[in-house]
Amino acid sequence: MLKYLLLLVAVLLPLNSFAITPEEVMKSSQAAFLYPGKDFKARIVMRLVSKSGSVKAGELTMLRKNYGETGGDQKYFMYFFLPADVKDMTFMVYKYPGRDDDRWLFVPALNMVRRIAAQDRRSSFVGSDFTYEDVSGRDIADDSHEITKEEKLGDSDCYVVKSTPKAGDTDYGYKLSWIDKKTFLPLKEEYFDKRSTLYKVFTAEEIKEIKGFPTVVKRTMKNLQSGHSTETTFTKVDYNIGIEDSLFTERYLKQPPRKWLD
Amino acid sequence: MIASCLTIDAYAADYSVNGFLQGNYSFGTEASNPDGGDLKWAEERAQLKAEVAQEPVRLFLKADVFYDHIDKNTEVELREAYIDLTGGRWDLRAGRQIITWGLGDLIFINDVFPKDYEAFFSGRPLEYLKKGVDAVKASFYPDMASVEFVVIPFFEPNNFPDANRFWMFDPMPGVTDRVQKEPASNIRNTEVALRAYRDIAGFDASVYLYKGFYRTPSMRPDSLTAPTRIELIYPELAVYGASLQRGALGGVLGFEAGYYDSLDDRRGTDPLIPNSQTRFLLSYQRQVIEDLSITVQYYGEYMHDYPEYERTRIASFPKEPKFRDLTSLRLTYLLMNQNMRLQWFSFWSPADRDYLLNPEVRYNFSDHIWTALGANIFGGKKDTTQFASLDENDNIYVQARYEF
Repeated sequence: MLKYLLLLVAVLLPLNSFAITPEEVMKSSQAAFLYPGKDFKARIVMRLVSKSGSVKAGELTMLRKNYGETGGDQKYFMYFFLPADVKDMTFMVYKYPGRDDDRWLFVPALNMVRRIAAQDRRSSFVGSDFTYEDVSGRDIADDSHEITKEEKLGDSDCYVVKSTPKAGDTDYGYKLSWIDKKTFLPLKEEYFDKRSTLYKVFTAEEIKEIKGFPTVVKRTMKNLQSGHSTETTFTKVDYNIGIEDSLFTERYLKQPPRKWLD
Repeated sequence: MIASCLTIDAYAADYSVNGFLQGNYSFGTEASNPDGGDLKWAEERAQLKAEVAQEPVRLFLKADVFYDHIDKNTEVELREAYIDLTGGRWDLRAGRQIITWGLGDLIFINDVFPKDYEAFFSGRPLEYLKKGVDAVKASFYPDMASVEFVVIPFFEPNNFPDANRFWMFDPMPGVTDRVQKEPASNIRNTEVALRAYRDIAGFDASVYLYKGFYRTPSMRPDSLTAPTRIELIYPELAVYGASLQRGALGGVLGFEAGYYDSLDDRRGTDPLIPNSQTRFLLSYQRQVIEDLSITVQYYGEYMHDYPEYERTRIASFPKEPKFRDLTSLRLTYLLMNQNMRLQWFSFWSPADRDYLLNPEVRYNFSDHIWTALGANIFGGKKDTTQFASLDENDNIYVQARYEF
């Protein structure tokens, strides 16, 4: 009898939700949200809505390739369609965990490639409410994490993880993330300032499974202080499409290959 | 999947047309122009960009039509027109094209391609600082390094401000009979430029070679004692240079250098032709706080064979220093969800004690409409140096553009 009981415990133990550490939740979430597939492509449409209701549009194709494991190096390639004053601009990021990105921008009117300083990952991504970190991720080791509770968000069972930046110079005090227990995608994030007032909310509105990878295809970041929000829709999402290493070079930054842009 | 992506035939010809309408006006604030006018620039302009592509071929055309209120004429300007061919490990671009090399922010060492300084000093949008060249550019991508090779059969000088609109220093103001003597287009005068680049230990590293001509003219009077006529000549020039750039010190650090080999005056004894020089640039760019970035540069040029220059120079021409340096500062601050851009750019030369200040505010009213308001302020100690000689030409400019 004792033998069976032990066996039962042994079988159940890995499934026991309390056994998972908050770091493991965040690592799985990073893998599901920012690292799925060997590579990734999406056409991204952004709607930047101001408090008064005026709307600005942004549209780009984003390509990503992973180098190494989850949490490892990545390369990003972005080509802008809209707004008109950045049309045909391309932007390339080499992302390294634990140190500053390398970023290059191509300005077609001057046929010029500029290397740009990238020390602040918390700055706005092309004027939207998303930061560079929201687009390409934040090092898990930069925060201390704690599972504060487990609760349902809509129909999904979630871990609620509180992440507090270890460095004092971050623009938020802490963040609560609702991580879906099944997909490990973040369904909601709440950003609190240093006086613990909620000021920014991320929501994943639509999730689709593409090539077996659950993908957030519609998301919104709303700044409660400014009233400004950014809705982002991913279309033409694809994974494991065989993006060559050579894409991430000055050659293609200057002449983005059409086959990847659609 | 990969195979289908590599199939050329799968992609039908793809085209796009876009462009802008623009008004651009610049008012002199210091003094009336030499011809009595007060406007440095006043025009309405339409630009059309058209592109047709079916890999491996792409055609690109960028043409402007504008009405100039000062000269009261309408002109068409072909800004760029080229064909691209893309191969496995090579590309070819033939036609009128804009080429930008080097790391400098408005300081050019290895960017030996033509500039339009009139555009820059008159408060036109930055893209008009660069002029297209009629050239063939071949690029190769072997594993070792990437290479760009440019052949320019037709000489194109830099464009300087119009003497009717800008007050400028002239060492021989009495001699009004002047002729441009541009190098003839022939095989011997065909310019060649080469750039090879690769990553070296995290550095973007490039080497550059150029053989062609100075794009700034030298004055050659028919007589030094009683000149009646001046030829504006473009002496032969070769440039050998290199640049390095990488992320460092929380920003981006750059170094560029070049040796300007004055082929027509290698000994430095011809007073009418520039002596050879070594030029270098150090630059550092970083983000200070969110949406505020700063770029600082230090540039120096060292004249070789200075004793020969001192011995042979023409006394009535201003004496050039052996070493001339220049610093620049750019601050860019984005506000209101990056719809507003405040920008400060300035040059200050410690050697010449002169400066150029260029503050600008730009606002995006919508996805399609932006306007910019700025000023160019020149000054300095002597009236013969680069920016001090433009002292009377301070201007306030406005640019408004509708993009489609």
